[in-house]
Amino acid sequence: MGFPLGSLSELRHRSINFRSTVGNSFSWVLPYFPLPFKMPCTTGRGITRIGNFSRIWSSPCRGLQTAVHGQSPPPTKPVNLFSAVNQALHIALDTDPRAYVFGEDVGFGGVFRCTTGLADQFGKRRVFNTPLCEQGIVGFAIGLAAMGNRAIAEIQFADYIFPAFDQIVNEAAKFRYRSGNQFNCGGLTIRTPYGAVGHGGHYHSQSPEAFFCHVPGIKVVIPRSPRQAKGLLLSSIRDPNPVVFLEPKWLYRLAVEEVPEQDYMLPLSEAEVIREGSDITLVGWGAQLSVMEQACVDAEKVSIYFALLDIFEEGISCELVDLKTLIPWDKETVEASVNKTGRLLVSHEAPITGGFGAEISASIVERCFTRLEAPVARVCGLDTPFPLVFEPFYMPTKNKILDAIKSTVKY
Amino acid sequence: MEFISEVTDKRVPCYRLLDDDGFLISGTTFEQLDKETAVRMYEKMVSLQIMDTIFYEAQRQGRLSFYLTSTGEEAINIATAAALSPDDIILPQYREPGILLWRGFSMEEFASQCFGTKDGHGKGRQMPIHYGSKSHNFFTVSSPIATQLPQAAGVAYSLKMDGKEACAVAFTGDGGTSEGDFHAAMNFAAVMEAPVLFICRNNGWAISTPISQQFRSDGVVVKGQAYGIRSIRVDGNDALAVYSAIRAAREMVVHEQKPVLVEALTYRVGHHSTSDDSTKYRPVSEIEQWKSIGNPMTRFRNWVKANGWWTDEREIELRVAIRKQVLKAIQVAEKTQKPSLEDLFSDVYDKLPSNLQEQERSLRETINNYKQDFPTDVPL
Repeated sequence: MGFPLGSLSELRHRSINFRSTVGNSFSWVLPYFPLPFKMPCTTGRGITRIGNFSRIWSSPCRGLQTAVHGQSPPPTKPVNLFSAVNQALHIALDTDPRAYVFGEDVGFGGVFRCTTGLADQFGKRRVFNTPLCEQGIVGFAIGLAAMGNRAIAEIQFADYIFPAFDQIVNEAAKFRYRSGNQFNCGGLTIRTPYGAVGHGGHYHSQSPEAFFCHVPGIKVVIPRSPRQAKGLLLSSIRDPNPVVFLEPKWLYRLAVEEVPEQDYMLPLSEAEVIREGSDITLVGWGAQLSVMEQACVDAEKVSIYFALLDIFEEGISCELVDLKTLIPWDKETVEASVNKTGRLLVSHEAPITGGFGAEISASIVERCFTRLEAPVARVCGLDTPFPLVFEPFYMPTKNKILDAIKSTVKY
Repeated sequence: MEFISEVTDKRVPCYRLLDDDGFLISGTTFEQLDKETAVRMYEKMVSLQIMDTIFYEAQRQGRLSFYLTSTGEEAINIATAAALSPDDIILPQYREPGILLWRGFSMEEFASQCFGTKDGHGKGRQMPIHYGSKSHNFFTVSSPIATQLPQAAGVAYSLKMDGKEACAVAFTGDGGTSEGDFHAAMNFAAVMEAPVLFICRNNGWAISTPISQQFRSDGVVVKGQAYGIRSIRVDGNDALAVYSAIRAAREMVVHEQKPVLVEALTYRVGHHSTSDDSTKYRPVSEIEQWKSIGNPMTRFRNWVKANGWWTDEREIELRVAIRKQVLKAIQVAEKTQKPSLEDLFSDVYDKLPSNLQEQERSLRETINNYKQDFPTDVPL
């Protein structure tokens, strides 16, 4: 059974039109994106709150480890992604007195409101601001984690994580290995918002996941929705390995979903088939899944003429896989899907060259070469810095994906 | 309008207790050092010196891949260790093996790390001298410079929150103070009121770069005030002064719950490491001068002897005994097996993920087919 995701994508699509009609007169009800200056609204991509996100994204919570069998499902409430993150942090602090939450502007609730109310409830010694210094935040967090604490560090934007790159790559990732398992900083989780947002330009839009996927010793996790964000974040926080947790900032307010109020965890390194299909497998993660889902919906309406056979085939059936954890990743689920469909498309916002899509592509070619009926397609960001006014051109849009689906199936 | 000058009229003074010949300078205050501690300190300084000499020679003979001595910095190593509590958590740079020596890390343990044996704590994964020991509260050495410093702020914050009567002690060299992590650490520790004792071994050289090309400030000690951190400059070749300063600094750190910076002035008498020949960039006469004048070993020995606590006979006995210990440790380590192949893959994560399982299987197949390509001393 598939779990159609249509309306989120539809809304993203609609909001583009909406934005282009209102232009600069559009005003944010809430400070979605707290830049200290007004951004030009020339990209034609806007964001608004979505009504029925829950209907689409509410796949059965198969990873809901705390659910009790034979009883009614746990109570849920519709919440957006930043609130789901907030709930996870709340639970993490509440269930472990050795958990700490900190980063730039975290004390007042964070620029994306993810840490709202936490300092009031758990005190300024457990939830606090740090100086504006990413290498300091991560270094401090490693030391804290190495003493047996759960250090939940926030880097305000993934674009600003690079000063901490050395601490992540040379320190956190090797902490256990280099000490022969005498020391570890497994309690470390680095949360950071990533990805396009319509008006972020070079430094509020990047998707740096591939850099971290090249580093043995850390895990990289990216949720697609509020329910996923809460469950995966709690798993990341409690996982005995350092985790880089990338949050799709596009969805912080946009995505609303029924989220269980209770404490639950979703498994890491397990991909999920969120929409079943038979003609082609699409693999993605985070916010890009909603764009891919829209392409899947449109592909159902496509009919393709196969000249060689002189037949028309009505509708392309797409299988959509959410990878969720990028390293160590669940090759088996993707492999099984490609063995079924015989075709693969990978899509991400990050530049195509050296992106994680290349790794997936290579691995699946290795494993499914004889089953593949077409080259693996990659629909990704361009090999340019993330551009402001050109964002709609840069992005791996629905129709770019749709075209790639068609040409792959037709190949 | 008044600008703050980039230079001060007077350089920050250096705290000293013993003159170049080991005589107590009158009129200075210091922590009393009892006979037992003083003798043990001197013994450990000798042990460190002998260990360095023999390991260095072993490397030169090709028995060891790499080594790095603490020659000239024995006083900082041992006097610091003696002044601290064993509960204090050490975040070393790499030229502080004396702390481990003081805390009871054995010659066998040093040797097994350096030779990468199955008994070494690090399971043969890092270059020699990258020691680490949980039971000695000594974090594992990593090669990148200054990365341990901001971590020390986090370690200290944990100690503070747990209400421990202990502090984090983070070491860096003079070169390390130019790294961003030094700035991050000082600022974080100050703002978080984290009980960190920062100790900078200013030995004048970062590999071939002299401090004149490293910073334009009056050394490192003045950097403390800019961060709101109390600081002191001490003669790092004067074991008594180092002991006294570190004792006082630690007292402040633990009881006032805030960081302190200690700049210990010394000289790197040895090369940076066995991969370096320092005569290419500094005159031999300079090295020779530092070896003789104000030598930390001689100064402290003279003081201990003047107190009637040490004799030449004991010195000879000690040197013979330590030499034997070190040589035996090396012989044993050389004959000890390397860690087994599974340790190549373990500890990357807490559990072996599927990609590593697959890679291990594949590697084992290759080994079976091409045994001659692989070392024979690694158990499969």
